[in-house]
Amino acid sequence: MSILTELLAFWHAQADKLGQQTLQHIGLTAASLLAGVAVGVPLGLLLTRRPRLAPWVLGGAGVLQTIPSIALLGFLIPVLGIGPGPAILALFLYSLLPIVRNTLAGVQGVDAAVVDAARGLGLTDGQVLRRVELPLALPVLLAGIRTAAVINVGVATLAAYVAAGGLGEFIFGGIALNNPAMILAGAIPAAALALLFDGALAGLQHLSGRRLVWAGRALLLALPLLAGLYLLPRAASKLLAGFSPEFVGRADGVPGLRRLYGLNPASVVLAPALVYEAVRSGNVDLIDGYSTDGRIRAYDLRVLRDDRHAFPPYQAAPVVRRQTLAAHPELAPALAHLAGQLSDSVMTELNYRVDIRHETPRAVAHDFLRRRGLWRAPRSATGSTIRLGSKIFGEQYILAELYAALIKGYTNLGVEAKTGLGGTSICADALRTGAIDLYPEYTGTGLLVVLQPPAAVLDSLGPDPAAVLAYVRREYRRRYQLEWLAPLGFNNTYALLMRRQQAEQLGISSVSELSAYLR
Amino acid sequence: MPAIEARNLTKHYGSHAAVQDVSFRVEAGQTLVLLGPSGCGKTTLLRMLNRLVEPDSGAVLINGQDARSQPAERLRRGMGYVIQQVGLLPHYTVAENVAVVPRLLGHAPAIVAARTEELLARLHLPPERFAGQYPHQLSGGQQQRVGLARALAADPPIILLDEPFGALDPITRASIRREFRELPELRRKTMVLVTHDVTEAFELADQIMLLDAGRVQQLGPPRALLLRPANNFVRRFFAAEQLALQLRALRLEDVLAELQPAGEAHAISSIGSDTKPLSSTASIHDTLEQLSDSPTVVSGEPTVWVRVSETTARPLTHATLMAAFGRALRRLASEG
Repeated sequence: MSILTELLAFWHAQADKLGQQTLQHIGLTAASLLAGVAVGVPLGLLLTRRPRLAPWVLGGAGVLQTIPSIALLGFLIPVLGIGPGPAILALFLYSLLPIVRNTLAGVQGVDAAVVDAARGLGLTDGQVLRRVELPLALPVLLAGIRTAAVINVGVATLAAYVAAGGLGEFIFGGIALNNPAMILAGAIPAAALALLFDGALAGLQHLSGRRLVWAGRALLLALPLLAGLYLLPRAASKLLAGFSPEFVGRADGVPGLRRLYGLNPASVVLAPALVYEAVRSGNVDLIDGYSTDGRIRAYDLRVLRDDRHAFPPYQAAPVVRRQTLAAHPELAPALAHLAGQLSDSVMTELNYRVDIRHETPRAVAHDFLRRRGLWRAPRSATGSTIRLGSKIFGEQYILAELYAALIKGYTNLGVEAKTGLGGTSICADALRTGAIDLYPEYTGTGLLVVLQPPAAVLDSLGPDPAAVLAYVRREYRRRYQLEWLAPLGFNNTYALLMRRQQAEQLGISSVSELSAYLR
Repeated sequence: MPAIEARNLTKHYGSHAAVQDVSFRVEAGQTLVLLGPSGCGKTTLLRMLNRLVEPDSGAVLINGQDARSQPAERLRRGMGYVIQQVGLLPHYTVAENVAVVPRLLGHAPAIVAARTEELLARLHLPPERFAGQYPHQLSGGQQQRVGLARALAADPPIILLDEPFGALDPITRASIRREFRELPELRRKTMVLVTHDVTEAFELADQIMLLDAGRVQQLGPPRALLLRPANNFVRRFFAAEQLALQLRALRLEDVLAELQPAGEAHAISSIGSDTKPLSSTASIHDTLEQLSDSPTVVSGEPTVWVRVSETTARPLTHATLMAAFGRALRRLASEG
């Protein structure tokens, strides 16, 4: 019940965004469908005349269909950048197979005697196609467009990962923040859209005779109009921001910036992995990032100083189940070897080697331990196994490898890595339920995403790292029987980043200056 | 000049020879039946006439002109085409189906509509009931009638028919065939008809071409194939229905000379006003039907009269007719 009220409240508060995202979603779907029909139908018709090509073309379209949508977007971004381009192209590629296949099947399904009689009566090839084959293939063809439409409404949610908007913005924000109401706020309209497209096209498909032909023409007219929805003007400002879904929703993200700095730039949402590429290529001017990210150095970005402390401290430290610590007293001392060893610059350097130079996290971790004299060859594992979790980005992989090497070198415990857990909430849940024994977490994240204390508590903690660590340690113990061990040393806080060149040009070095510039 | 002439037509599908070196002529207004077992190449041959199949070698001449001298579509619009599966356009009404070719030819809508109504009425499909119906609402026989009307709509001088009655049940088939034969529209048409039904061939053909494995076995009038078969294949092909075919192929005029006793002709005025004498062109088959259905009884025996001149007729009984028929068969076979 509470989730329903939450959902309604969310929709009420975000009504303008919901409307805009829905229109964008319809626009993306219609634009890609239009392209799919414009290419797929002629291609299908060509195949009816050159059946020998059919296995090749259908095979090719089938292969496209099997590429996971996220991967397809990944392939397209280096070529097309971010924005509606790669989103529409990806959706178009997905719509090809059903449309081409059904066009071919529809025409091939026309009674051969009817076609033979039509030819025998003296219809030209074009007339046979227009007056006989196409009208009779239309129900099957429309079924193909219908399949493509439903696929596209679903896949279009991923457009939110490449700054193309759509209802995926709410969904991915909700996933990142473990906020079911926010997920539903995007998922319900998306599902409704899919049903709407499906129902409308099903209605057309069941018309017969002349009305069906008219419906086909009306559809061809409607698609460009719907696609045009995407072009409706959007809010604009001097700089365009590209934010990851989590940052848009969390208290110390966009809402915090608005509260403390009055900062509210026009923004697009895109995948965390893409924000750096987007700002480097100039698709956006301002992004959220992490202060120790290797790409800051590689892409020549400037971290804007958080002069009013919108971002709380994010000290990294291992979080471990108390049961595990009690059962294996040798574990805590092994992990403690890393305490205080990693400064901001050291961590940035390690991240740079993994993210930019593409060294493996394991090689980088082992090399670091050797240089610090902490390396010990793995012992044979005779004890039980420690399950080690990590989130799905480079820094967490490196930390996981560091811990794995320490546990193997200093204890007889075995290690089972469960890396690549989607986000904070997934890691926290896995740890609470005992699916993993430990993972590296950041104090600020534990505070804001997991504990979510009232605003008064947040204000009292302020920007003091020690106070935040003490609070999360106490609360984790009390609520979850989990233990925060000693921090590693670096503070991987959120940061606002700009291209250095542009920031210097505009004379912006802090968030206050940015806010002043935009106002 | 023949309306249709085929010269040395040959067609291969891969290594399989569908049609090998086939030639024939069809005079205007005549009906040629292409007859033969399944796979003998008769349909392929027919489809070469309207270029649905292009021959590997040889030529088709329509009214003396090479069929390839004009676009295939224009050639086809000048020939009616009827197939076994009918192939009505399922999304067109009956009237629209009939009007397809006249519309392609750009005839005025009013003329097309009038012509459609006229044809439907003549084929026993009252337009007020059938014009607006769709093909799936019709029975098989009705569909085939619409198919025939469609082929006739633009009044083409040539009609090609591929097993047009093949998909119908025997009773419907017989009745549609009768209508077909009696249709005034078809009297003047040059027709080529494909069938594997021997009876149908004898009923409709001026000339029959019997094919086997893509080769002509015999080409000639029905009675020539029957009475003077060119080879064993022809003989065997007709063997099962030999007698029935002979009864259809021979006419009274063939057997009159064999009548014994060569009795006197009677004045028509003397044989009773309720009796109508048969023409001497009636087939033996029809005469036998008349004998069993509505004979006059003369001295206790069922009798029919056959006209032998303007004013005279001769009596025929079962016995005299069949005896003469037997002698005529022997004579015709020996004349070979």
